[in-house]
Amino acid sequence: MPDDGIPPLNGWSESELDRAFASVAKEVELSARSLNSPEEQEQFRLYWLGRKQGRLKAISDAWLKAAPPQAKKLIGQRFNTLKAEVEQRLERAAASSPGHEFDAETIDITLPGTRRKLGAEHPLIRTWHEIVGIFQRMGYSVGVGPEVETDYYNFESLNFPPGHPARDTQDTLVIAGQERKPLRDRLLMRTHTSPVQIRTMEQQPPPVRIVIPGKVHRNDAADATHSPIFHQVEGLCVDTNITFADLKGTLDHAMKELFGSSVRTRFFPSFFPFTEPSADVQISCPFCAGSGCRKCKHSGWIELLGCGMVDPTVFEFARLKQPAYDPKKISGFAFGMGIDRIAMMKYGIGDIGLLYSGDLRFLEQFA
Amino acid sequence: MRILTDWLRSYLPEFSVSDRQLADDLTLRGIAVEGVFDLGAHGSVFEMDITTNRVDAMNHYGIAREAATIYGLKLLPLDTTLPRAMPASQAFPVAIEEPKLCGRFTGRVLRNASITASRGIVADRFRLLEQKLISHAVDATNYVTLAMGHPTHAFDLDKLEGGIIVRRARKGEKLRTLDGIERTLDSDDLIIADEKKALGLAGVIGGWDTMITPETKNILVEAAWFDPATVRRSSKRHLVHTDASHRFERGADFNAPPVASALVSRIILEAGGHPQGDLVDVAIPDAAARTVHRARITFSLREAQRILGPAEDPQGITSSLAAKILTGLGCGVREHQPAPSSAPLRQDLDPSRAVLGVSSVTAADAAPDGIFEIALPSWRLDLEREIDLIEEIARVYGYNRFRNTLPAFSGSVVELAWAEKEAAIRRTMLALGWNEAISSTFCAAAEAALFAREPGSAVAMGNPLSEEAGMLRSSLLPGMLDMLALNISRDVESAALFEMGTAFSGSPERVEERPALAFGATGNAFDHRDAEFYDLKGTVSEVLGRFEARSLYFDRFPVDSGLMPAWLHPGRSARAVVEGATVGWFGQLHPAEAERRKIRQAVLLGEIWLDRLYRQDLRQPAVRDLSRFQPVRRDFSVLLPDRVLWSGIAASVEALAIPELQSFAPREVLRDPKGRLVPAGQYSLLLGVVFQSHERTLREEEVQAWSQQIVGALEDAGGKMRV
Repeated sequence: MPDDGIPPLNGWSESELDRAFASVAKEVELSARSLNSPEEQEQFRLYWLGRKQGRLKAISDAWLKAAPPQAKKLIGQRFNTLKAEVEQRLERAAASSPGHEFDAETIDITLPGTRRKLGAEHPLIRTWHEIVGIFQRMGYSVGVGPEVETDYYNFESLNFPPGHPARDTQDTLVIAGQERKPLRDRLLMRTHTSPVQIRTMEQQPPPVRIVIPGKVHRNDAADATHSPIFHQVEGLCVDTNITFADLKGTLDHAMKELFGSSVRTRFFPSFFPFTEPSADVQISCPFCAGSGCRKCKHSGWIELLGCGMVDPTVFEFARLKQPAYDPKKISGFAFGMGIDRIAMMKYGIGDIGLLYSGDLRFLEQFA
Repeated sequence: MRILTDWLRSYLPEFSVSDRQLADDLTLRGIAVEGVFDLGAHGSVFEMDITTNRVDAMNHYGIAREAATIYGLKLLPLDTTLPRAMPASQAFPVAIEEPKLCGRFTGRVLRNASITASRGIVADRFRLLEQKLISHAVDATNYVTLAMGHPTHAFDLDKLEGGIIVRRARKGEKLRTLDGIERTLDSDDLIIADEKKALGLAGVIGGWDTMITPETKNILVEAAWFDPATVRRSSKRHLVHTDASHRFERGADFNAPPVASALVSRIILEAGGHPQGDLVDVAIPDAAARTVHRARITFSLREAQRILGPAEDPQGITSSLAAKILTGLGCGVREHQPAPSSAPLRQDLDPSRAVLGVSSVTAADAAPDGIFEIALPSWRLDLEREIDLIEEIARVYGYNRFRNTLPAFSGSVVELAWAEKEAAIRRTMLALGWNEAISSTFCAAAEAALFAREPGSAVAMGNPLSEEAGMLRSSLLPGMLDMLALNISRDVESAALFEMGTAFSGSPERVEERPALAFGATGNAFDHRDAEFYDLKGTVSEVLGRFEARSLYFDRFPVDSGLMPAWLHPGRSARAVVEGATVGWFGQLHPAEAERRKIRQAVLLGEIWLDRLYRQDLRQPAVRDLSRFQPVRRDFSVLLPDRVLWSGIAASVEALAIPELQSFAPREVLRDPKGRLVPAGQYSLLLGVVFQSHERTLREEEVQAWSQQIVGALEDAGGKMRV
């Protein structure tokens, strides 16, 4: 047979047809090995399926022309199978490489996504919840107290007697028109959350485990680390056999939860009229692991909270309404920490005024 | 306060620890060294921060005593020997007219003194401490205060007219004090006077007229003990805080005056002169009873262990350790004797303690039952109770030597009733894209009046931080407006903020605190268009939707009710009413208010009164059945006169009571003031309606019939259907 690349056919038996078609199928397979680019796929398509010069058409024309009528059907069936095979290979190749048929719909996926803005929780409230959560997991309930307090709860019942120099350490903002009242009834902005200690004990016999977060005020000049408005979390734990060691263990655990388990605590004697013994607590600097950095003023330690064993005098005041607070039978500890300071430390906030500015450029960073 | 370590060492001959180590050891025991500055050959300066209860440690000798206790070292006594006194024909007259206010007054007369500049150790130490040198007689009093803490005063004796009288000032009496200020005294001021005039404000500051001058020849040295509260009141009244008042108002050592007097006199006499007569010492027995001769208190080791708990060292605090610490601090320690008579005091008089007049005992051996009777040192008025001694023992032993333990707990955990409600509101606001902020608790009087829930209920501050902070905020809105204005002024023209906090109302008698939620938005806070009334209404609906409510509606304030807040735009504001109670108001800031605040863009704001909203329970989601059948949607386009409100249309559609009417909502409202798209005075409404049955597929005819009913309702309302 004249050879224009058409494979020769030796007879019309089914086995001969199978052999001949298998050899063409083999050829298809070989030429389909590299169909990665759209150009290669197009070349493959033209070679096999081209309407005028396509090889399948050429072979079928050549074989069918010469075939006897009874063989035409057999050849036709086999051609259809072979054609389907070619088409499938093309489809598979097109599916695994970018479909150029979607070129018109292709978008620039490097443009920024459309972000629906989330509201940002205030960093102070976030820290507040974090601290409160730690103590809730340790069995503490959450309490509240008024922001406008009486002198009795803010000072007297916490063992700041009238005229005591310790009152000087808490410059107080007072409500107008109090002068004619007895000192104990005069209203002021609470200078700490500690009044809620007495309020809680007046309402509830021991055992007590409570944390009280809240806003407090002092007549302080504002600067980068001081604000006349700030926030504290107060804690109180009273039961039989509560010890100074329990106070240490509790706060050590809380600080590890708050700043990571590698943080260490150390306790220094301090003075608060309503606790005795009283302590200041330092944590090893969580930023430099105690080796000294700017945040801990190169000391490796950061002072974070005040605490102590509840002073018997405070129990005596609570006992006026709840006889169970007998300082000979029960004991307890109290602690207080500044939420602002902890938030500033955790988030690297340099100026406390930002917390109370409402400046969106600052707040948005906490979304 | 600053301390020279060389000075400390002069009282501690056996001391060998480095200055750095000393600083750490003192700090860990509550005598805080805030800074250590190396002076080379002169040791170091410590910058101290002594807590207000430890007035005894606000001087070199007091800190040396702490060091002696910590390290178990010997503390040298203060040298109080004086040159022989010349005889006096009569004792210098001293009269205490106010025995309750002045517990002790000592006077010593020094003759033929010559006033020079300080030399030697006084001058050297003052220079290292950067303390101002005046003259050696004045420096002597300051030096002794730094040395052992007791303030004294030196008078020019020749300026005195007669003896000393300690009395109350007469109201209006004048005194020119050492700082040159002419002061008008009050009858509550205690003064040192002679027979004619006031000489000084007792325990606070001396007088100008009798001060030491270069011409002074004869000196009266005063060393006294004054009532702390009296000194404090005078100091506060006259706004003069001195080293002397700082110490006296915290409780000075009743036994110190003779010692301080001797120390001052020694220094003055180093430049010449001699004492005349003995020390005149008038002491009031009642005051002595309250200070020096306080009753012994019982200390039990078991109580200390009950309060302190276990130490790292299994032995922990023993009775001999407790006794040793208390003795070191100057306490008299003896074993508790149940029978009152048979207790011989094992009194080895320790000269270093005796100097300030308290006899002490060597550390008792372990008392078998760990119970001691403790005599309190005269310089530690802060020690009054057993717990005070327990603190001293824990402090000196070292807080960090106690174990970290966690207590067991038998109680239950209670959540605040409204904590969950507050959390639900905060979550809702955050999810809707509002940013949480916190503003000032205070506001100006005009703001408090403008935004108050009830007129005339704002509460004024007695000592406001500033005029703009003269009132407790009656609402969170003044702060909200300030924050929005601040953002706009910083070119942040789009903002949506909320705050949850307390609003105050009431009177000086009673201040009520109510929780509130404020929100404010301006610019393109939520979308690519300016925030508008409906953004707020949507937020309020979502927030209120967290709560169970049998009824909820929004309305305008009734014109004649007087309830229309002046800060709200009358045409673009609403109140929200839940179960018949107003729970808040919101809308656009009144243009006049915006103008007054120089805000040139629309500001939307509002407040929800959470005290009222919290009366409602949080809504529990309840699931309704989902229909298996296809919904049918129909849109109606209608032209309506402007006077027809959505609430009226909604009411008439609802009145049709079509059970299969699933929902209907305005899908588009179009107005055109120019009258091109829609005639002026009218608006076009596209009403979207969904029908759906739970039982069957809807037939075209019934949908057609319902649609006709809706068209009828729209037309009855004054609408004209558009095709």
